[in-house]
Amino acid sequence: MSLNAPSAPAVDEQNPAPRATPAGTRRAASGTATDRTLRGTALNVFTHGILLTWAAMVVLPLAWAVLSSFKTSDEVLASPWSLPATPRWENFVEAWTTAEIGRYFFNTAVVVTLGSALTLSMGALVAYVVARYSFRGNRAVYYLFVAGMTFPTFLAIVPLFFIARGLGLADSLIGLAIIYSVYSLPFAVFFLTAYFRTLPAALAEAAFIDGCGHWGTFLRIMLPVARPGLVSVGIFVVLGQWNQYLLPLILQSSPDKYVLTQGLANLAVSQGYAGNWSALFAGLTISILPVLVVYLSFQRQIQAGMVAGAIK
Amino acid sequence: MRAGSRGFIVSALAVPVILYCVLVVSPYAQSFYISLTDWNGLSPQRNFVGLANYTRLVHDDVFWISLWHNVIAVVAIPVVTLALGLFFATMIRVGRYRARGGTLNVRGGAFYRVAYFFPHVLSIAVVGVLFANVYDPTPSGLLNGLLGVAEIDAVNWLGDKSTAYAAILAVIVWLSVGFYVVLFTSSMSVIPVELFEAARLDGATRWQTFWRLTLPLIWDTVQVAGVYLGIHALDMFAIVNVMSAAGGSGGPDNATQVLGNYLYLTAFSDSEFGYATAIGVALLLLTLLFAWVSLRLTRRERIEY
Repeated sequence: MSLNAPSAPAVDEQNPAPRATPAGTRRAASGTATDRTLRGTALNVFTHGILLTWAAMVVLPLAWAVLSSFKTSDEVLASPWSLPATPRWENFVEAWTTAEIGRYFFNTAVVVTLGSALTLSMGALVAYVVARYSFRGNRAVYYLFVAGMTFPTFLAIVPLFFIARGLGLADSLIGLAIIYSVYSLPFAVFFLTAYFRTLPAALAEAAFIDGCGHWGTFLRIMLPVARPGLVSVGIFVVLGQWNQYLLPLILQSSPDKYVLTQGLANLAVSQGYAGNWSALFAGLTISILPVLVVYLSFQRQIQAGMVAGAIK
Repeated sequence: MRAGSRGFIVSALAVPVILYCVLVVSPYAQSFYISLTDWNGLSPQRNFVGLANYTRLVHDDVFWISLWHNVIAVVAIPVVTLALGLFFATMIRVGRYRARGGTLNVRGGAFYRVAYFFPHVLSIAVVGVLFANVYDPTPSGLLNGLLGVAEIDAVNWLGDKSTAYAAILAVIVWLSVGFYVVLFTSSMSVIPVELFEAARLDGATRWQTFWRLTLPLIWDTVQVAGVYLGIHALDMFAIVNVMSAAGGSGGPDNATQVLGNYLYLTAFSDSEFGYATAIGVALLLLTLLFAWVSLRLTRRERIEY
């Protein structure tokens, strides 16, 4: 297992290549210049045709959901192609209030904010200690956390359900945040340890000489310096916790404690029976848009970091 | 060691390590024991029954159906996703390779990467709810609406035993492909341009360049990606739970049942926690077996450049 810094594969995809090839290399390649230009054009039409087809397959279902969220339920049932006669903004109000999407949204925000803050603070502490201090059991602590990445959460759910109930962590937003945070720790510790190892040791030395204690050095020097690493790990932790489905399904039993994914899945079943399609699509749109905004704002970091996460 | 570092180490690690051991390590450890009991979860009493849950597993038809579905997913999802991912990555990466004399992204490459990747950041629950509606059996569903334009009769995608599971697998491919396009374009972009130029001067076709040059050079990435996809394909719980008929039953008639969902139903609907945990252990063994087999099968000479 090799250690990648989270920012490692952020390769610049827009690298400029020479536009005009020198005459010498031109002659070396087969065919005349016109030939190659024609072939290049044909290739581009073909290439773009295929690439655009998949882009349409990705975008179409999402766009359809957003479009449907502005229709009446009758319009939804009429045809997937029909446009809404008038955009019904009240669908969103209805989904937000009557269908409780607002409550689920709020619950999710609370759990994810608290959960990711806990993950980052605990993860940074563990990673800093493991990366910068040598002590007996250092490796054992590191592998204890990292091993958590290889086990399927599935195996844990039955005992976890009873442990959480016993400790009063079940059916509680704070309890769920704590559980999210410990299940995100393996990932955070793994990446932050690699990150803290890359920071210069001289920084901590200087802080010690200036009279900082261990906590002071960590909080006032190392944490601010590690900010880029914390931000990229933070983005994944937030996305991962925002999209969590299995843990809340097991732990949150009263509907007023549901999180968004769970509430939405529940809404899909109940609204499907009730025939209220417009509220369902509005709920779906409300669940997609915040993620889209976060994604478009941070897409470079998200792509680079997720790719680094896959190739551990 | 610097003064006071022992105190710092202990105080820094105490809370995370204790929470992690109680909430993560201990459930994993307990599950092996629980799988050897007849615990129903309701009474505090649990009797040690040895391997009884495992012998029951061997004679359980639904277990074998679920296992078979998991095996199909583990083979089909990586093969289809990686093939599409490599194909699109090559299209984006070397789309203008001949015309411009170098590896360069196709025009709009950044757009494709951004668009393709997006489904990957959506929750599986959200994707599941979305596609349950795309697959709606009436012509108001997106897919049947499309078929309607071509005057093909509506298909009950999720309600028909013959199409239900394939429909769910297709959703996973849909949401995964973009991730691998980004992964492969990144790993292709670090291959030195001179290698492509040399291949071009030697008269290699695009097809040869891909098979003899690009693929061997990024093989490590493809291999890890395949293992990663397979392990994720083993956990189909969320998508099956959201999309399968009648609120996550794994239906119609277990046509979409997978081990994760069967475990969930056995535990939280039937209150057979001991037996459910045995299914979990089987799932873990399957995961380890898959990782081992796939690493053996894909082992190749490592190429340095």
